[in-house]
Amino acid sequence: MSDNNLTPDDITEALPHSNHRHVDIPLAKFLETDKIKLVLVGNPNVGKSVFFNYLTGLYVDVSNFPGTTVEVSRGEHGNYAVYDTPGIYGVSSFNDEERVARDIILEGDIILNIVDAVHLERDLFLTMQLIDMGKKVVVCLNMMDEAKSRGLHIDEQALADRLGVPILTTTAIHRQGFDQLETFITKACVGKSDPTLHRHTHELLNRVGSQEEALLVLEGDEVVAERHGLQPGEMRELIYVERRNRLNKLLYKVVTAEEKKRSFSMTIGRVALNPWTGIPFLVLILYTLYLFVGTFIAGDVVDFTEGTIGNKYFEVYVKDHVSAFSDVAITVDLLGEDSSGEEITLESKTFDFSDGINSNPTLEEEMLAYRDRGDHSVSYEYHNPFMVILFGEFGVFTMTVTYLLFMLLPLVIGFYISLSLLEDSGYLPRLATLVDRSLTSLGLNGRAVIPLILGFGCVTMATITTRLLGSEREKRIATSILQFAIPCSAQLAVIAALLAGAGLKATLIYAAVIFTVFVAIGTILDKILPGETSPLLLDLPPMRIPRFRNVMQKTWVRTYHFMKEATPWFFVGALAVSLLLVSGLLQSWQNFLAPLTQGWLKLPAESATAFVMGLVRRDFGAAGLYDMNLSPMQIVVALVTITLFVPCIASLMVMLKERGVKEGMTIWGGSWVLAFGVGGLVALLLL
Amino acid sequence: MKKKTAGQLDNLLSAARKSWSGEVRGLPTNPELRSQCIRIGLSVGERFTCIERLPGGTIVVQAHRQEIAIGKNLAKEIDVEFD
Repeated sequence: MSDNNLTPDDITEALPHSNHRHVDIPLAKFLETDKIKLVLVGNPNVGKSVFFNYLTGLYVDVSNFPGTTVEVSRGEHGNYAVYDTPGIYGVSSFNDEERVARDIILEGDIILNIVDAVHLERDLFLTMQLIDMGKKVVVCLNMMDEAKSRGLHIDEQALADRLGVPILTTTAIHRQGFDQLETFITKACVGKSDPTLHRHTHELLNRVGSQEEALLVLEGDEVVAERHGLQPGEMRELIYVERRNRLNKLLYKVVTAEEKKRSFSMTIGRVALNPWTGIPFLVLILYTLYLFVGTFIAGDVVDFTEGTIGNKYFEVYVKDHVSAFSDVAITVDLLGEDSSGEEITLESKTFDFSDGINSNPTLEEEMLAYRDRGDHSVSYEYHNPFMVILFGEFGVFTMTVTYLLFMLLPLVIGFYISLSLLEDSGYLPRLATLVDRSLTSLGLNGRAVIPLILGFGCVTMATITTRLLGSEREKRIATSILQFAIPCSAQLAVIAALLAGAGLKATLIYAAVIFTVFVAIGTILDKILPGETSPLLLDLPPMRIPRFRNVMQKTWVRTYHFMKEATPWFFVGALAVSLLLVSGLLQSWQNFLAPLTQGWLKLPAESATAFVMGLVRRDFGAAGLYDMNLSPMQIVVALVTITLFVPCIASLMVMLKERGVKEGMTIWGGSWVLAFGVGGLVALLLL
Repeated sequence: MKKKTAGQLDNLLSAARKSWSGEVRGLPTNPELRSQCIRIGLSVGERFTCIERLPGGTIVVQAHRQEIAIGKNLAKEIDVEFD
């Protein structure tokens, strides 16, 4: 099991912040500096990033740690090189975040430890460990406003005396106490560690060289022990229990709690957890999300960005320019509306520029005049294969750019805004708790709800997010479910439109089949894959009203990160499909599939085209079904098949990268079998 | 996972019902899970109140001011004594 926090926050914590310079620097160079190394350390959700942004301002470097997916940031503040670390509960090696944080902490000169004043029992455990390591520490007791509103009185002076390190009280979101931050950092000192422990670490000093590493060896850290050619110690539990006892005694002395009526935030938190109220609460939240992402972003915003900016202006602009010297046939469709308000083509005309537009100014003028007659759409047919690849229907510089910037980008932003809101409000861990049991039967635990929800936005984005799951087994199951059974938002929009025409019965059958497959995949994989599901152990932060700035910042960081990572794969995918098209292989696939779609799925021969298009973009696949005259039950068969059918090519690329070629190709190949298998069975029953 | 006999089941966190309080008496056998429990605030001797029991057995407890969600399978490995 990884750790007891919800890791999208780790992603954000570990990711660069606003105005950062994304430079991939090797680890050693990343840590190399003449300045004093100030390392920010804290549990997840304690407001560490606010401190980091305050200290470092504009220029931040980012390093992706070798062998991990954890990124950390470095900035500067006066004489200090400031390092941000992922949120952790302790210094050890339970997961990638901890290993990365541990190595930076070991290198650090001064540790700025951010602590949530409301959860001292949890947070000071890490503080005491840092002190036991013999690091120079300064503690920021953050969220003091919340502690006060909850009736907590913390004797800071007594706490500072007992820990032996300076303590600054802050409320980061209002930047209260920040004026003293710099002074306090200069006061950082080695605190009072446990005397018995200190003796033990000293015995190891001549073999390890430093108290901090000696402690980690005693606590059984295999990596640190191996670095010194030692066996990891077996005292971890003893030390942890002792530390926990010391902490409890300490808090008994320094914290007094006044009985307060349960706050509004706590009440909401409980409402979200109670099954009677929690499920309606969840339905309400999902419905709001649907209105925001499904209707507003995927509908209104994308219609405008993709349909108008992308297709009408951007692609036409690019294609008009590159057609100047290239053999092209341009077809202009004049558009209008029929009596029911549906868009129809009123008239259309093809202009053949065999030597490019520039070679025939008269025809060009004629074409432009024709276009000026009213609302129109333009399509370009290139004869040069090179032009087809770069600017054709699936062109690398046309469709891919539109797809990425004008369709995917708004959707990803919409989803990340929603995710950040859910996360910052404290609802996400409660949702994970609520669905934990259901997901356990699929071989996952509550945390997997995040990639599964994101999958309805973009399966590629969700596949990347499976990284936050605790074990390889869970990543494998979640990736399979995503790639097999979850339709992305682009596809969902087309599916919804088709089902709306097919009626309620068709919709219910479709939903039942997909849901059954979803459950079956998880259940079967849970049975056949070796190992066990890692259990849920999650701390539930208080419910809060999300801060606009923070939500926007997270959204920006995540969107940037996703686009940076996924963009190359979309280009590679488009290139691959264009090559298939030019070489005639796409047509061969189609011919190969036709008997299968006709004989087995009982669909018209042309539907093979829809399936092949689905390889490029999942929505293209579904959209291809629009123009066919299908009966409602044929629509069910076609949609079931296309939903279960292989993911889009970018998604495949990301999956190959995340899960390896063997596993990725097994899932990909499996989805051909599953899609046609289940589709055929449904056809047998319905048609 | 460690199997418990029927008589022992009453002394497991998984048996907790909403508003039951008690004290942690024993942690899971897996060393990594034990350490994570201690770090998050569930160590032997710690007092807790069950604030929710979800259908299917996921347990939510409050220990000090920290609310902690514990999956059913993990709750079955935590020995407790209810008040």
